[in-house]
Amino acid sequence: MPLKLERQENVPLAGLVAAPFVALAFTLIVGAAMFLAMGHDPIEAFRIYFIEPLGDAYTLQELVVKTCPLLLIGVGLAFCYRANRWNIGAEGQYVAGALLGSWLALATHGTGAGPWVLPAMLVLGALGGAAYGLIPALLRVRFGASEILTSLMLVYVAELFLDYLVRGPWRDPAGFNFPQSVTFDAVATMPLLLDEGRLHGGIVIALIVVVAATFVLGRTLVGFSIELGGSAPRAAAFAGFDEKRVTYGVFAVSGALAGLAGIIEVAGPIGNMQPSISPGYGFTAIIAAMLGRLHPVGILVSSFVLALTYIGGEAAQISLRMPFDVTRVFQGTLLIAILAADVLVRYRIRRVEGVRHA
Amino acid sequence: MRKILSLALGLAAGAALAGAGALPASAAEKLKAAWVYIGPVGDFGWTYQHDQGRKAVEAAFGDKVETTYVESVPEGPDAERVIEQLARAGNKIIFTTSFGYMEPTLKVAKRHPKVMFEHATGFKRDKNVATYNSKFHEGRYILGQIAAKMSKTGTIGYIGSFPIPEVISGINAMMLGAQSVNPDMKIKIVWVNSWFDPAKEADAAKALMDQGADIITQHTDSPAAMQAAEARGVKAFGQASDMISFGPKSQLTSIVDNWAPYYVKRVKEVMDGTWTSTDTWAGIKDGEVVMAPYTNMPDDVRAMAEATEAKIKSGELNPFKGPVYKQDGTLAAKEGEAVPDKDILSMNWYVKGIDDKVPGQ
Repeated sequence: MPLKLERQENVPLAGLVAAPFVALAFTLIVGAAMFLAMGHDPIEAFRIYFIEPLGDAYTLQELVVKTCPLLLIGVGLAFCYRANRWNIGAEGQYVAGALLGSWLALATHGTGAGPWVLPAMLVLGALGGAAYGLIPALLRVRFGASEILTSLMLVYVAELFLDYLVRGPWRDPAGFNFPQSVTFDAVATMPLLLDEGRLHGGIVIALIVVVAATFVLGRTLVGFSIELGGSAPRAAAFAGFDEKRVTYGVFAVSGALAGLAGIIEVAGPIGNMQPSISPGYGFTAIIAAMLGRLHPVGILVSSFVLALTYIGGEAAQISLRMPFDVTRVFQGTLLIAILAADVLVRYRIRRVEGVRHA
Repeated sequence: MRKILSLALGLAAGAALAGAGALPASAAEKLKAAWVYIGPVGDFGWTYQHDQGRKAVEAAFGDKVETTYVESVPEGPDAERVIEQLARAGNKIIFTTSFGYMEPTLKVAKRHPKVMFEHATGFKRDKNVATYNSKFHEGRYILGQIAAKMSKTGTIGYIGSFPIPEVISGINAMMLGAQSVNPDMKIKIVWVNSWFDPAKEADAAKALMDQGADIITQHTDSPAAMQAAEARGVKAFGQASDMISFGPKSQLTSIVDNWAPYYVKRVKEVMDGTWTSTDTWAGIKDGEVVMAPYTNMPDDVRAMAEATEAKIKSGELNPFKGPVYKQDGTLAAKEGEAVPDKDILSMNWYVKGIDDKVPGQ
């Protein structure tokens, strides 16, 4: 029986709002079945997964620390995705930003440089990410190359360059030949917001970015041109919006925010340069952006929820001895459920008689 | 199936322990010990061997210990949080089993002076942070001798992970072992820049075989290279675990990591209150480096390998005994001396006879 998806003209607002909650409920049911099959009390498992991390000052801070890079990168990706530009290489822009910012930290290491170092590092980080993000934009505008492929492949270039630097020129001479740089000086480190824990100033920057992005995307002509270029490119062209400028613009913003996330992470929780500076934030942020419906506030919520599934997963490993793969199954179920709910709200499934394939 | 079974068993045990943990009185009697793993536990390789050590601790102390592990923890900020949470969960000793956990371990240790930390393969210690590692290079020397006997082309294919001292010293030890049998042995090295990447490891093995290597060895974790060698009828060595099931006709032997003696000893010391921060580097003699059965080789080669193993065990033979020459001809250890431990632990040069360059040097 062939089926066909048909786009609904008037999507009810209630459906759009309800969809994520239905998806969440579905995930919880699947999760409960999984926990039961493994011989656990599902209520207890959910408590450890989702409630316990929220009840402790330390893990709450950790949640925010984990949310920060996902949020910054996710908001940047929203610019690209709204304009129908598919930047898959935020991970590479994150690394590029971290590299340029760290260069300053290492160049001034031990020189007694003043408190200007950290702000300058943040600026360099954003510039580095933006410059790196502009490469796929240029390739698309000039040569028509698919930005999906070029941005993804540039991730590996950035990672290998980082690898080369920390194993070669940037290696700590006192580090027994192991691949990592010296620890950054205090002036090159993100300030902590509380005495206990690791909550750092990065989240303040991220929240400012959320507010600014909400305003730009929702209330300005720039935001409108991005949106229109994505949904109706011909109409945008007639309206006089320059498609090339939009491409460059969204990639620069997206790259800058990813680069900023990179240098904040390196100058914050990591504290030096090492071969691996991201557990895949640039890719997880794609999920955050999609789950947040490309709205900065939505991405704030989705980044937090994703961070919660990570940290809850760790707690479940520690107190329930649940394997790490359960966390991954959980995240996967949530993503599929949300995407499915989205499709079911926006589209209608129709039986197609006769013809086998459309 | 095996995984599901062990999972079910582990969970049943976990549920029992979690129940006990709810009561502070019974929790206080048990010593809580925890492990942090870089990869999934799986059925072979680096993390699997550490988990075997954890199970040995459970077997040795029964009701007196409660062990926990967290797997697939990325190096960096996530590691610090996991270690912190384990310390907060009341663990008295925490083993962090990858090099990249060094800084996170030290940071958490500062905040929890009453918890003992053990960092594998690192070099920074503190009052409550000990380090430990194995002399894998002792096993590599034996591999080198076997390779030189078994190879027809005179070329060893070596799959490297990262050019860090542990891996470099393994390559050197293998070469020194090979040269002790055949001074003209050659070694070809391919770096895959990963500890675990089956596709890359298999490609590297094929490339090495195409270049004439007829003995394959690896410093990476998957059995992919072994399988590639088996498919072409080429001999190979396993790594970390006995990989004979992946290369029944290919495997000559494996270097098997055995952390059980160390883990049992250290947990006992915490129980007795005698734990101190130490730097342990144990090898074949201590049972930490174990050679899998010598297979697929003639009796005389097996006899040579067993004799060398016995000599290393008795202390009669040090793989890095002098004279050892660096590639550029300078002397690293004089006749009658051996390369000092600190030079092995920071090794970034090849011995004479290796026709390659250490990356990044």
